[in-house]
Amino acid sequence: MIKVITGNEAAAYGALLCKPAVVCAYPITPQSRIPEQISEFVAQGLFKGKFVNVESEVAALGYVIGASAGGVRVFTATSSQGLAVMHEQLHWAAGARLPIVLVNVNRPLAAPWELTSEQTDSLSQRDTGWMQFYCESNQEVLDTIIQAYKLAETVGLPVMVCLDGVYLSYVAETVEIRDQEVVDYFLPPYHPEVSSQRYSYKIFMKEPPPMFGPQGYIRRSYMADRYELHKLHQMSFAVAENINEEFKNLFGTGYPLVEEYKAADADTVILTSGSAVGTARFVVDQMREEGYKIGLVKLKMFRPFPKHLIRRALLGRKKVAIIDRDLSPGQCGILHQEIRWALNLPGQSVPTTYGFVAGLGGEDITPELIRKAIEFTMKNDPVDQDVIWLGLVEKRKYDEYDGKTLQIR
Amino acid sequence: MSMTGKPFKYAESPEYINPPPGGHSACPGCGEILAMRYFLKAAGEKIILVMPPGCAGANINAPAPSLPPFIRALATPFMTAPILAGGLSTALRLRGDMETTIIAWTGDGATFDIGLAGLSGAAERNEDIIYVCYDNEGYMNTGNQRSSATPRGARTSTSPPPTTKPERKKDIMQIMVAHGIPYAATASIAFPDDLMAKVRRAMSMRGFRFFHILTPCPTGWLYRAEKTIEVARLAVETGVFPLYEIEYGSNIRLNREPRDLPVEDFIRIQGRFSDLTPQQIEEFKSEIARKWQILRMLMHGESNRG
Repeated sequence: MIKVITGNEAAAYGALLCKPAVVCAYPITPQSRIPEQISEFVAQGLFKGKFVNVESEVAALGYVIGASAGGVRVFTATSSQGLAVMHEQLHWAAGARLPIVLVNVNRPLAAPWELTSEQTDSLSQRDTGWMQFYCESNQEVLDTIIQAYKLAETVGLPVMVCLDGVYLSYVAETVEIRDQEVVDYFLPPYHPEVSSQRYSYKIFMKEPPPMFGPQGYIRRSYMADRYELHKLHQMSFAVAENINEEFKNLFGTGYPLVEEYKAADADTVILTSGSAVGTARFVVDQMREEGYKIGLVKLKMFRPFPKHLIRRALLGRKKVAIIDRDLSPGQCGILHQEIRWALNLPGQSVPTTYGFVAGLGGEDITPELIRKAIEFTMKNDPVDQDVIWLGLVEKRKYDEYDGKTLQIR
Repeated sequence: MSMTGKPFKYAESPEYINPPPGGHSACPGCGEILAMRYFLKAAGEKIILVMPPGCAGANINAPAPSLPPFIRALATPFMTAPILAGGLSTALRLRGDMETTIIAWTGDGATFDIGLAGLSGAAERNEDIIYVCYDNEGYMNTGNQRSSATPRGARTSTSPPPTTKPERKKDIMQIMVAHGIPYAATASIAFPDDLMAKVRRAMSMRGFRFFHILTPCPTGWLYRAEKTIEVARLAVETGVFPLYEIEYGSNIRLNREPRDLPVEDFIRIQGRFSDLTPQQIEEFKSEIARKWQILRMLMHGESNRG
């Protein structure tokens, strides 16, 4: 069934198809349509699980943590400030190894208030132990949620599925609502007893020790536990790839964790994630027609970080333009940091990276801007600059200080 | 230990807090561990405890676990015990387990302060859980800092004299009763029959059930460890801590008519009140009087709200 729906609605349909037993989400712009849509599914009798309206994001994640520990499939969704409110429990859910699927609609964090689009909210949760995926289209949102459940329940870790606010959340595209029977075949009902999760249902309900949480760790090595968490992340690359293969065989569409587009013979590639990938495809198509040897690398999986795939995609190139729709103030774009780390290969010739930051606070990342970034990268020698600002419309007085004349009071 | 002289009804019921020489890890004279002991005796084994940080969470597990392994307990972040308990209860019911009772076992910090929004939400949704607040009137686990359950004028490690706590104690029962929940009760470790009868009553009901148990703390309240029961009894008999239960926000039962001992008896036995001025003692007493006014009003159905 093909429908013209927004990214938020695609997320709601994705959740519906996976038949979670408990859905609990607190509305926040630009995510609100997700809980609204699911409540409509309830009203229409389409959603048979329990949809719970709660009083905060603390409760939204806390409730699904409780339900997941109780052994049922759960779903929640949030954005930006809401994700920040959940921060404490993000660590908790991963440490408890609960297979929760959370949709995050990427939005900037205040102050100042901004309701549009930026990925800093979820990228800055990179150390919480959640797996993270970024989506380019509404179809990808729906499909990634279905894959996310299978991955979460196989590995025993929570998964965050991210989509850009406004550009995906509010924009309608054609989306195929996957056939329920095929989804059921792909994603069988959740059986916590056979899941590999450690502290959740299986251990908690069946085996000692009785305490699940920090007190329990007193008799157990926290560090060994973290080691296992890290290992699970590393093991999940292969699991995610196999799941995507199976999905592709069943539904005809797949999403590589790191995708190369027209990059086979490209000296210069542009790397980005989320909705900007679609725009970048358009620019690469254009410039290819004009004869430039350029290509695109799309980063879909951010945690665990697919270092080996990044190396495979980038080694041998001359230059890489990285477009971050996020910023780690005082350092640089977050993707840029991660890519540089993946390319830290002593003795090997690695491509030069150019770290662009664009689209913060919902500024459009237009084809013109992307073209500018590619041209800048091709023309210029390596630049010793943490951030190359792209599309900064209103420069303020700090330029003239150049960091040297700020008076110490 | 029956107050009524009749045979102690629950004397034969199992002990879940490790009996000697196993013991527990709480401070000598701890009121909370007694509350848990009586509560579990009445509640039985088909329970899951949900525990945020606090004295109890620390006590029952480290360094010597105070609970047997077949009593399941789920630790939670500080502000999410009622929320997580609700989610867990929902999941178990969906899986067809209608028997297991989920009990959130929390201190006054988790209840009166950091977890109040979640508590209100869980009560509004009428989650099928029992929520217990063991109230030792301060953040005792972290070393006796003040909470909004600390009485006015008490010294704590964050309200040292002469700047003792200036604010009154929050009335958590009124807050919870205003939610119209199926069951809300106060209880005291000095009246175990009453406490356990209420637990049995709550266990026979469904929906959100709330307990406020006063658990004196020798470490923080500054009295000798062997006086815990006496302090708890004085709290009831002076009228400072009335024993009552309320169903659906209106049907109130007073479980014990206090002997109206002087409030000073309760105050003077504790070091934390040693800085109270005569005027502050009068204020303390008038707050107790106001509390009783409201209680009597609820009991007799009188209203002066216009």
